[in-house]
Parts: sequence; C-alpha cells; structure tokens
Amino acid sequence: MAVADPDNILEEHHHHDPFIAHHFESAEQQFDSGKLGIWIFLVTEILFFSGLFVAYTLWRLHHPEIFQQAHHFLDKNLGALNTIVLLFSSLTMALGVHAAQNGDNKKCGMYTLITMVCAAVFLGVKAVEYSHKWDMGILVRSAFNFTDHHAEGISPYLIGLSAIPALLLVGFIGASLFSKVTDKDLLSKFFGGLAITVGGYFLGVFIGLGFMALTAKADAHADAGLSHSPLVLQALTVDDEKDDDHAHEEGHDDHGDDHAAGEDHAHGDHDEHGHGAHAHDKSNKDPMHRDVGIFFSIYYCMTGLHAIHIIAGIIALAWVFWRCLALHWRPDYFGPVDYVGLYWHLVDLIWIYLFPLLYLID
Amino acid sequence: MATADIRKKIFETPSVNYLNHQKGWKSWAFTLDHKRIGIMYLIGVTSALLLAGVFALVLRSHLWSYQGAFLSDDMYNQMFTLHGAIMVFSFIIPSVPAALGNMVLPIMLGAKDVAFPRMNLASFYLWIIGTACLFAAILSGRGLDTGWTFYTPYSIDTSTAVIFATFGAFVLGFSSIFTGLNFLVTINTMRVPGQTWFKLPLFLWSLYATSIIQVLATPVLGITLLLLIAERTMHIGIFDPTYGGDPVLFQHFFWFYSHPAVYIMILPAMGVISELISVYSQKRIFGYSFIAFSSVAIALLGFLVWGHHMFTSGQSPMVTLIFSAITFTVAIPSAVKVFNWLATLYKGSILLNTPMCYALSFIFLFGIGGLTGLFLGTLSVDIHLHDTYFVVAHFHFVMVGGTLTAFLGGLFHWWPKMFGRMYNDLMGRIGCFLVFAGFNLTFFPQFVMGSRGMPRRYASYDPEFQIFHQWSTVGAMILGIGIVVSFGVLMHAAFRGKRCGSNPFRAASLEWQTSSPPDFHNFIHKPILTDPYDFESQVYDDELDTYIPRELADPAKVPPRKEPAHH
Repeated sequence: MAVADPDNILEEHHHHDPFIAHHFESAEQQFDSGKLGIWIFLVTEILFFSGLFVAYTLWRLHHPEIFQQAHHFLDKNLGALNTIVLLFSSLTMALGVHAAQNGDNKKCGMYTLITMVCAAVFLGVKAVEYSHKWDMGILVRSAFNFTDHHAEGISPYLIGLSAIPALLLVGFIGASLFSKVTDKDLLSKFFGGLAITVGGYFLGVFIGLGFMALTAKADAHADAGLSHSPLVLQALTVDDEKDDDHAHEEGHDDHGDDHAAGEDHAHGDHDEHGHGAHAHDKSNKDPMHRDVGIFFSIYYCMTGLHAIHIIAGIIALAWVFWRCLALHWRPDYFGPVDYVGLYWHLVDLIWIYLFPLLYLID
Repeated sequence: MATADIRKKIFETPSVNYLNHQKGWKSWAFTLDHKRIGIMYLIGVTSALLLAGVFALVLRSHLWSYQGAFLSDDMYNQMFTLHGAIMVFSFIIPSVPAALGNMVLPIMLGAKDVAFPRMNLASFYLWIIGTACLFAAILSGRGLDTGWTFYTPYSIDTSTAVIFATFGAFVLGFSSIFTGLNFLVTINTMRVPGQTWFKLPLFLWSLYATSIIQVLATPVLGITLLLLIAERTMHIGIFDPTYGGDPVLFQHFFWFYSHPAVYIMILPAMGVISELISVYSQKRIFGYSFIAFSSVAIALLGFLVWGHHMFTSGQSPMVTLIFSAITFTVAIPSAVKVFNWLATLYKGSILLNTPMCYALSFIFLFGIGGLTGLFLGTLSVDIHLHDTYFVVAHFHFVMVGGTLTAFLGGLFHWWPKMFGRMYNDLMGRIGCFLVFAGFNLTFFPQFVMGSRGMPRRYASYDPEFQIFHQWSTVGAMILGIGIVVSFGVLMHAAFRGKRCGSNPFRAASLEWQTSSPPDFHNFIHKPILTDPYDFESQVYDDELDTYIPRELADPAKVPPRKEPAHH
C-alpha cells in the first residue's frame, strides 16, 4: 500500500492558480475530468436524439411512400447551403481550439465569432424554410392542411420569427455603444460580437430568401425540375379531414392511381390490410393524405430540437468569446474551448445525419 | 511515526467542520460542498418519501373496505399516481446515489469534492424544480391520474395535469443525469494515487454501474416525455392513434428507460449492503471481483429486458421469448451478489446493530422480491399475473424491501460520519424490526391475492379479497410507524446523540479515516490508502477511543496482524 510519510502527513496548502478549481490536484487532472465529462455529455445528447431517430426509422419502414413523396417539400438547396455553413463553422471552431491551445486569445476570439455567425446564418436559413412551409399549411400531423398557395411578399411567420433577433440586435448594438461611451472596452467588444452574430441571422434570412427566389426562377425556366412536382402536389393535396364521403374517396383513389407510381400504390394497399390498428383511420381515406403530416411531425421535432441545440451552442460560444476577450486561455488552460468545440462538432454531426435522412430520400 | 498531537488533530472531532465552517442559509443554498449538497438531498428525498408514504397510507386505508372507504374513484387514481411518481422519480432514484453517494463518494476516493461541484448543486436544484412540478400537478387542482408510467393514449386524452408532471419528470431526469455524469468522471479521474479499480469499495462499483445507466437511459426518457408533451399540445401523431401514431411505441420508449431505471434504484442499494455486510462481519468481502462485475453485468443486461413489461401489449411471440430469456439471465449476477454476501457472513464476527439488521432484512426481502421476478419473467405465468397485486408485491419487495431498507441501513451506517454522533442502537433496532415486520405484513398478502386474480389499481374490489387487504393495511400502518421511529432515532442522534470517534465501527474504507464529521476539505492530511476490506489495517487507539490506521498508531501499542494483509 502506498503509505505517506507518517511524520509529514498533514496536507499543506498547494496551488493558488485561479483557473484550477480547489478540488483538483493539477491542471492536467482538471482537463481530463472536463474532457471525460463532455464526452459523456455528448453520449447523453446522442441518446436524447435517438428516440427521434427510432421514430423516424419506424415510420419510414412502415410508410416509405410518405417519406419518398413528402421530402420533395423540403428545399434541398437550402438544406445543402446550411450543411455547408455548419461544416465551415466546424472548421472555424477547430481553428479556434487550436488558437486557444497556443494561447492566442485574439485569434481564438475571431474564430469563435465566425463560428457564432455561421450558427446564426444557419438559424436564419432555417427560419426561411420553416415560415415558407407554415405559409403552405405544411404543419405537424394534426394541423397538416396543405394548400398550394404561394404567399406574395415576405411571410408573416418569418416576420414573427425575426422579431426576437431584431430586438436582440437593437439591444446588443445599444449595449455595445453604451459600454463604449462608459469606457468599458471589453463589454463593448463583447456586445459588438453578439450584435454581429445576430446580424448573421438576418444574413441567413436574406440568403435563404434569395436562394428561394433564384430556384423558383430556375424551376419556372426548366420544366425538367418541375416534372414530378405538380404530381406530388396533387397526390398530397389534403381533403377536409372530416369528409366521409365514399364516392369522393373512390374518385380520389382513381385520381391517385393515375399519377402515383405503382410501387407507392402497392405500399398504400399493404397499409390498408397490414395495419389493423389504424383501420378506423384509414378505412375511408387514402392513408397517404392524412399521414403525410407525420413526416413533418418528425421533421419539425428533429430539426426543432437541433435548432434548440444550435441556440444553446451560440450561448456557450458567446461565453468562450467573452473569455477570449478577457485573455483567459493559455497553453495549460484551454479546456472550456475544447469542450464547447466538441459540443459544436456534435451539433454539426447531427445535422450531417439529418440532412440526408430528411432532404435526400430517394 | 505520527505523534499523538498529529493523531489528535486528524481524528478528533474538529470544532470547525463542514457543518459549521460557514453559517447562514446562503452558505447552504450556494454551497458547492458535496457533503452539504448530500445533506440537502437527504432532507429533500426524505420529505418526498414521507409525503408519498402518506399517500400510500391513504390508499391502504381506502382499501380497508371492499367498496372503498372514503376516496372517490378519481381521487384514488390520482392518489396512486402521485404515490408512484413521487416515490420513483423524487425518492428512490436519487435516494442512495444523490444523498448517500454524494456524501461519501469523494471521501471514499480521498478526493476533496466531486469533479463538477457546480453541476452537483445544479442537480439538486433541478431536483427541487422537478419535484415542485410534480407537486404543482397536485396543487393545480387537476391532479394526475395516468399512473407513473404516463401510458398513451390515455395520457394524451386525460384532462389532468399531464404536462406539468411529465415536465417535472423530464427535469428530474436531468438532475439524475448530472449526478451520474459527475460520479462517472469523479471515479475515473479523482481517485487518490494508488487507488486502483480493485481497491475501490464495492459501493463505488455499484454507483459507477448506476451512473452508466443514468447517463445512457435517462436521455431516452427525456425525449419520450418531450414527445408526449408535443403530442398533447400539438398532436404530432407519433404516439396518438387518432392521428396514426403508435401507442405501443411509447411503451417501448418508456421502458427502455424505466427498466434500466429499476436497476438505478436497486444497484446502489446493493452497494450499500456490500459495505454493511463486510464491516459488521469484520470479514473481508467474499468474492470482491464477482460482486464488482455483477454490478456492471446487471447494468448492461438491464438495457436488454425492457420488453418484459409489455408481454401483454402486443409484441411478436419471438420478441417476448427473447425478452423473457434475457430477463432470466439478470437473475445470475443478482444471485452472485446474494451468495457472496451470505458467504461473507459465514464465520464472520457478526455485530447485530441497526445497520446490520437492515442489511439482513435486505437480503431476505430482496431474495423474495428477486425470485418472484422470475415468476413474472415466465411468459405463461405472466399472462396470468400481469397487472395483478402479485406485480405490485414483487416490485415493492425489491424497491421498498430492497432499496428503502438499504437506504435506512446506509443512513444508520454513515450517520455517525455525517454528524459525529451515535444513535440509540436499541431504538434503531426496534425501528428496523417494525419496518421489517410491517413490510412483510403489507406485501406478503398481496402476493396471495395477486395470484388469485386481484387486479392492481382498482379503487374497489371483490369481497373475497377484503381480509388480505385488511392485513395489508395494518402492515402498512406498522411500516409507517417503523419509518417514523427510524427517522426519529436519526434526528435525535444528529442533535442529541453521544459524540463518537472517527471510526466507531472499525471500517477500513477511506471515509472512516478522517474526523467525524469531516473537515470542509474532507481530509486535513494525505489519506493513507488501505484495502477497504482489510479490517486489520485499523487498530484501536485508547486515547481517541476509536479505530485509526495502523500506520498512524503508536507503534508501542499496535497489536500484531492476525492475518497477513494480502495485496
């Protein structure tokens, strides 16, 4: 057994380093603890999302036709754009961690700020996507009420979503200026950084709207891109849910036959017989119309939860940014940057899975 | 050699300790000290226990008459739901890990604190918020009548306060994750130099296994409850059959957490028992590594058996068969533990004080609880016993007969360490006897009526079962009195008990090698690492009237070892 020298057994007080908590013996022990902690936390995050991935898998297995058709409503271009934005933000995050390891607080702060802006751009694009869908009545299962209606001008939903960022932007700019006036240089820079981040949101909104306008134009010119689109729209046009009219239903089935691919129809048939549990729901309806909302239920749950994680990431990054400004990082103390970086990579990684699973089904 | 002065300084009850080094409510509310957080948790979970225990007594009184004595059916439903939800989420899950574990885990490692003290405090406040949400469900006047399982579709349709309660359970889940994460990291990185995995007290192995489950299973409960809230508010159609959802999917998700969660409830209790049996037999624990690995085995197998809660919910026969088979395998590591405890007792010098009485009760009650679990894991028998009082009796034998007795035993074991004062052992044993007798009288008749077909969760029942219910009600009252007596003894000890030394029971793990109550930093000296089950390493010091490590004792008075310490 390791025996301390009995004559010299009383603990003398050791380190006074403000960045090493009193209960750790060394900077190394503190770093290792934090690192293990964040990895375990990431495991819990993955398991947190796992429920949604399981729900996705089950519904896709049971209703592949819904997924194949419903995903056409998602804008691949915007999804791809967001993927690139997040991948780039992971790069800047990694560079930020590298800078912190070298004790270069200025560089680390710059990279952290870029990462925050990317995160905000992502949210801006997402806001455009969401509001566009809400305009068309593409909502969760119970509220799903698709109408092929293209609102003119800027969606009121988008304005609503942007109200909070707008207020934040004004607040941060004000706070930054006020700190400048009162000679609080650090705070002024910090709020300035936050204002730039929120500005990223509006940049994202503009890019998103621009992309949509461009692709709409391209679609109008190129018929090829449009070929399956109206078919899908027709197939998915939702009747009044309370409509029990059998004659109407038959007519509608024929309608579906004309347009939907044979394979899809086979799946529909299978559903009618195979899933007795939903019989009451489906006996008088083509299941496709009613259940297509489930794809969007899952879509909103997954991307919504992901967006919440992005927002949490921005808050964590802002904390790192503040500590960059305060010149806290040194080669033997950069753990928090590393931990936030790992979290950010996970948020990125989840999107890397969500994008093909939701947008690129075929 | 350490001088008498140094010995006195290290082991004598210090005038300034963690309980009084800072004063005022703020020094408690914002403390980062694991010991104080442990005490606050202890007060919290005990309040939850007493409150949910009162609900249980109301339920039992109501069932005195076969028509139901005084509650309306709705009130009865709400009462058993809140009894279950508060007992499970607010009491049993945090009881041993968050209260006792917080108290002793870092000291057992020779560390100053857990790895993330702020997260530890956050965990406690999340516990407060979550429990408050469960209470809000009562106070909102609408109550909650889904049962603690929140099964869909009823939980989507009922007009009671499901959202409040599920949000409470969600927050409590995070509290549990924070504790688990903290313990995992602390055990991994904060051990005193030289303390290898196989020199850890078995309590820490069981806490480690528990933490693995908390970290891996609880997030799934989190997303399930969020989806349930989304289902209730927006009808997203994942669980709600009206919108094409699958209610059985909810059961799968729920039990994917909640079955491992029953091991969150029992594993730490088993760890406590390993300590108690060994210390009060003054004998090296038998089969250390088997007990250690059986904890891990239970933790891992626990993830593969959730379907045995759903044998009658409509799974494919093949799946039920597999779940049944894996369920049986859980019996193996559990039995390994029981046999090892019994082997430890064999030829030990057994001290039948209060904690040991609880430990022996545990072995007896857990034995019955575990074995009746095998009845329920058998497919054909389960079809008959499903949703009867047999199930109720089974899980109460495990959760109350197991976890609650281990919790009380652990409290009596570590109470002198927490407060530096000894309890009245006779009164403690009387409390233990009341708990044991009352418990058996409450739940044994429930096995009988369950096997005769008395369904659970009924507010009124067939007259033929009345006599069993009346026995059960009398037993519950005795059990209630026993618990009150036990806590009375503990409270008396904390304030009026006789002062006791640093190590009154001659235990060898590190928490006994510091003063009682410990210093704010746990140790004012470099702890001397000993084998936690080598009781010869502690020798009696007549000046201090307690046991201290051999290395620090006065060499003139140290008796020779009776058996060589093996390393």
